[in-house]
Amino acid sequence: MSQTEEKRVWVSGTPRLWRYYAIAARQCAGCHSPIVERIICEVVEEMGIEGNVICVTGIGCSALANFLFDFDSLKVAHGRPVDVATGVKRALHGRGVVFTLQGDGDCVGIGGGALIAAASRAEKITVIMANNAVYGQTAGQMAPTTLLNQVTTTSPLGRDPGIQGYPIHAAELVASIKGSAYSVRTAVNNPTNYQRTKKCLKVAFQKQMDNVGFSFVEILEACPTLWRMSPIESLQWLENELMAEFPLGEFKNVDKI
Amino acid sequence: MGERLLVEGNDAVGYGAVEAGCDCYFGYPITPQNEIIEWFSRELPKRGGVVLQAQSETGAINMVQGAAATGARVIITTSGPGWSLMQEGMSNIATAQVPCVVVSVQRGGPGTGGMRQVQMDYDTTVKGGGHGDYKNIVLAPSSVQETYELVQLAFHLADKYRIAVVVLSDALIGQMMESLELKKLDFGPLPPKDDWVVTGKAYHKDGVKHMSLIVQGVPDSPYPTWLSFVKHLNDKFEEIEKNEVRYEAVALEDAALVIIAFGYMARISKGAIKTLRAQGLKVGLIRPITLWPFPKEVIRKVAEQGVDFLVVEDNIGQMIDDVKATLYGHGQKEIHLLSILDRSGTADGALIVPRRIVEECQRILEGGK
Repeated sequence: MSQTEEKRVWVSGTPRLWRYYAIAARQCAGCHSPIVERIICEVVEEMGIEGNVICVTGIGCSALANFLFDFDSLKVAHGRPVDVATGVKRALHGRGVVFTLQGDGDCVGIGGGALIAAASRAEKITVIMANNAVYGQTAGQMAPTTLLNQVTTTSPLGRDPGIQGYPIHAAELVASIKGSAYSVRTAVNNPTNYQRTKKCLKVAFQKQMDNVGFSFVEILEACPTLWRMSPIESLQWLENELMAEFPLGEFKNVDKI
Repeated sequence: MGERLLVEGNDAVGYGAVEAGCDCYFGYPITPQNEIIEWFSRELPKRGGVVLQAQSETGAINMVQGAAATGARVIITTSGPGWSLMQEGMSNIATAQVPCVVVSVQRGGPGTGGMRQVQMDYDTTVKGGGHGDYKNIVLAPSSVQETYELVQLAFHLADKYRIAVVVLSDALIGQMMESLELKKLDFGPLPPKDDWVVTGKAYHKDGVKHMSLIVQGVPDSPYPTWLSFVKHLNDKFEEIEKNEVRYEAVALEDAALVIIAFGYMARISKGAIKTLRAQGLKVGLIRPITLWPFPKEVIRKVAEQGVDFLVVEDNIGQMIDDVKATLYGHGQKEIHLLSILDRSGTADGALIVPRRIVEECQRILEGGK
């Protein structure tokens, strides 16, 4: 038993695989990351794959999930989860259900090349990308997904397309790649979208379990702290601004490539 | 006696790896090691292994990290510029403590440099090229046969210490054809991997989740604090320094001058020593096989005999720093250097030739005494 084992608490009413540590639960009030972690746990439990599932996180707020998930995981370098997940899946000769949990900067900033390469190889893994339009763990710098005119600590006058270019649309990008089997964008801002995200994640896992190809789930997440908003305001901004730039939807879903 | 083949040093990497039960190969094409990635692409799938050409060396080393975390025996090969790209991964592998083997077939640098033989990546492999306090075990072959054998040893040491082991080859050893005798080497038993591999919870003997982390001193890490992890690494490095030093010694008993050289420069030096001994000049050789851990004891021991030292290395002087550090406080003997600037010509393929080494030894011995 590790030294933190005795501090592990299962909070009644939460998924069995989602273990709460006071020390690891560092997300801010109103953050959507714990909601996504909870969805992942529910999906893993409902699909009965907890013994075979392996999560790979990078660096970012989402990377705290290792300590909460009660199944196998790796925490690796910023931008590298897709490559590490590839190594895990290949070394297991395709046996595991391997997914990454990454932020937007991790996934399409520093890790963009790896994402395109893995999708092109039709790597049988699932990438879950949290898109909150900002760098969270480093406290509010511009992300590849930052909206035009959005103020961040490294775009203090607002993102100017002439200087900092345009936000990247990851789900559409992955859908355009031959080796991808499934690519969606969802959100967790209300119960309907919560259930929809859960359904999408099940489809994504099923694509790799059926050996079809690469699957990608982009999830819009609120970051009240770094958007400098109240949780309620941040939900409104997510619905009015973020969803306008990043429409929810299924961009690809094929059973055979 | 095992089967005999006539192969390049680069092919010997492949033969050594499959002899050691290698499961996975990841890599990216780069001269002068393309023969290796081609060998694995041809041969490993036939033997049930996994081969993947990554999108970059950065990708490849991270695939290695993932595959190694499952307990597979994993190898990756590269050269200078690719080795630079892998340093981030090497640093993370040191923290995750996943065993793997890296073969670096050195080429000229800095930058794109040249594609012929050099020994310029001594520092980046021996000192650790990535961020943070860590060491790689570094093995330096000087022949095709030794490449084959050290690759087998590398897999053993990697598993024994949960560490990355680098086999530091070069364009000369890699692309030279020599006779190779196939024989599986047995290095003894290894600790089981069951308690740390990340293969899915249902596949663990202990039935609890496993995590492979590039950060330590966090919840569920076996190390309560980051500093306790740093101490653990230091203890591991001290144990390796105590147990794993390997070197070849030639004619040290009566030597007045000892050449210290590794890889092909040690081999060329041996030829020079033959000539010098025929002339009655008492010259010996220490060839470090493990560049880290460095063979300090033997160097200090011969220093007590009162010998002079000549470091011969095909770079502008990297290993000489370790020789100087080794001898600090162990006498005031002269430490001479023959470097890449003492090559016989200016073409990329030029070498520090035996004649040049002979002349330098004569100068030291006759001028100094």
